[in-house]
Amino acid sequence: MERIYLDNNATTLVDPKVKEAMDPFLTQLYGNPNSLHTFGTEIHPYLRIAVDRLYEGINASDEDDILVNGCGSEGNNNVLKGVYFDIIRNSPKKRIITTQVEHPAVSHTCRFLESVGAEVISLPVNDRGIVDLETLKANLDPDKTALVSIMTANNETGLIFPIQELAEYTKEQGVLFHTDAVQAIGKIPVDVQRIPVDFLTFSAHKFHGPKGVGGLYIRKGVKLTPLLHGGEQMGGRRAGTLDVAGLVAMGMAMELAVNALEYEEKEVRRLRDKFESVVLSLPDTLVIGKGQPRTPNTTLASFRGIEGEALIWDLNHHGVAASTGSACASESLEPNPTFLAIGIDKELSHTGVRFSLSRFTTEEEIDKASEILVHTVERLRSISSTYTQSSR
Amino acid sequence: MAKKDLIGGSLWEQYSQKVSDRMDNPRHRGDITQEEADAKKLKLIVADYGAEACGDAVRLFWLVDPKTDTIVDAKFKSFGCGTAIASSDLMAELCIGKTVDEAVKITNVDIEFHLRDKEDEPAIPPQKMHCSVMAYDVIKRAAAIYKGVDSRELEKEEIVCECARVSLKTVQDVIRINDLKTVEEITRFTKAGAFCKSCVQPGGHEKKKYYLVDILRDTRAAMEREGLRKAETEGGFPALPLVRKFKAIEKIVEAEVRPLLSRDGGDLEVVDVKENPETVEVYIRYSGACLGCMSSGRGTLMTIQTILQERLSPKIRVITL
Repeated sequence: MERIYLDNNATTLVDPKVKEAMDPFLTQLYGNPNSLHTFGTEIHPYLRIAVDRLYEGINASDEDDILVNGCGSEGNNNVLKGVYFDIIRNSPKKRIITTQVEHPAVSHTCRFLESVGAEVISLPVNDRGIVDLETLKANLDPDKTALVSIMTANNETGLIFPIQELAEYTKEQGVLFHTDAVQAIGKIPVDVQRIPVDFLTFSAHKFHGPKGVGGLYIRKGVKLTPLLHGGEQMGGRRAGTLDVAGLVAMGMAMELAVNALEYEEKEVRRLRDKFESVVLSLPDTLVIGKGQPRTPNTTLASFRGIEGEALIWDLNHHGVAASTGSACASESLEPNPTFLAIGIDKELSHTGVRFSLSRFTTEEEIDKASEILVHTVERLRSISSTYTQSSR
Repeated sequence: MAKKDLIGGSLWEQYSQKVSDRMDNPRHRGDITQEEADAKKLKLIVADYGAEACGDAVRLFWLVDPKTDTIVDAKFKSFGCGTAIASSDLMAELCIGKTVDEAVKITNVDIEFHLRDKEDEPAIPPQKMHCSVMAYDVIKRAAAIYKGVDSRELEKEEIVCECARVSLKTVQDVIRINDLKTVEEITRFTKAGAFCKSCVQPGGHEKKKYYLVDILRDTRAAMEREGLRKAETEGGFPALPLVRKFKAIEKIVEAEVRPLLSRDGGDLEVVDVKENPETVEVYIRYSGACLGCMSSGRGTLMTIQTILQERLSPKIRVITL
């Protein structure tokens, strides 16, 4: 059976060019870059190229730091726990302001920090599914707040948050600002010269790099207690032998992703929109955030009368991979907060299914997946106890 | 945590083949119309349970012969995940041919057991058990409708968890049937306490009459007391007159042996009890699927004997007729 992968917000295919770039560092150029002999030193030129690519990718200045680490979760943990040790633990600024729709790498870490004395405020999203400046202004007390952490783009809805104005306001108030940009890199332009963030997290496997390697941007002069203590790698900011192949791969993946942004914006968006028009041609369906600024690859759709997991089960049997944030499939039974915030019926809160494309998704795949989707929705609605076609 | 927990299992990998098959091809999906019922001169029962907002809803259709109370046909529709669809399908199947009173005895544990590929491998992971509880609840509702219990009576059920509409009785039943020991398990089985969490323990954002922690403690205490009472009977068994011995044996058979056999469509009858100086001989007669089953003379027989020995007296010997 031909398989169609529409779950690129979960992870992506490693670009063959990325694999080609990293391969020699697993087999021939395997030295430890900290070694004094040539096995170590011969790697340095390649590392410099890779690091340059990362800096260029997000337009970092040479004075800034980009730590190479294990994953997006590590970057987020590093920021939150670092700020805890630097500020929260020994000053009146006990507060972290974040949102109700962050990835668990942020929200669960905040919950942990609450247990050791931090105060956490989780901002709600507005009726357009995003956190707006007014909400931040109403909640940000600079005398009590150590950090604001707000994602750039949401993993489930693809909605893009107004990170520029949120960061600018936070900086005016003299408070540190972090953004989890894991779902943004490779989908929309990310520029740390334009957006005054102090910290920014990304992860290679979300933009056609390998799993197990990520990055944390730290603006020039910003202090951050390390998560991993040990050797002097990364200037003492992150101990542990450098994942050479991972760094080379992430550098290549970053360059390719940034070069493909225009393709992403035009072609991936066209295919995504084509798919969405099929979704919306079916009765009683919704696309969350339609018409709002969204990443060009993501569709969060709702099909009345069909529980999300049942739909992705059926799609999977026909070779189409999608995902759900609905209750049945995940440990959490909470309805999706974005669904509730944007005023969608509570009845629909378990019907969300996410489709996410990539630059490797073809038009044939989208057409085939559309066809399968239509049949699947038909079958499951024929079983559904709650669906009767409305006359709307 | 241990080796097997390091790489979290995929939820779907933990479904049995039977769950998977029934999700793909439910045999009893659909509805039964009033016209069909009228044409066959049978009574149509339609029962709903759950709600979309909770993530699971099921509708059960029964065609019942009013003369014999037998469920002639059953169909279902479901808003739910794969497990909910598969459980509902099997639930409908198990109803067919049973009387309404027999059908009410079908539990979520029976449904899960029938969905297993191998006897000792669960058909669904624990966090999906609540989906099979739905199937159990809807049968109870259908039976209440058939028996003409005022539907307002149903609404009078003491609801513990408003979000998931789980009744006190349901919570007590799942604790007993599944031998649950923690509130987390109750939540997994019923969804009670999964949403606003007010019903878990005092201190939530809504004050409640019942809290899961209290229900759990009280139900476990009641189970403990019943266990003790059973133990008292145990001590007294040798002293009982023969008729009471017979009754005590029948009681254990009804409660613990018959459910085991009925899973495979078998049954048995206690025919006679004889007392000897060193032994108490219990004569049984198999029926249903036990007849001709290889195990009924060996493994099953030993199991029955072990249960009776443990519950009543080590002197008991079970003999088939």
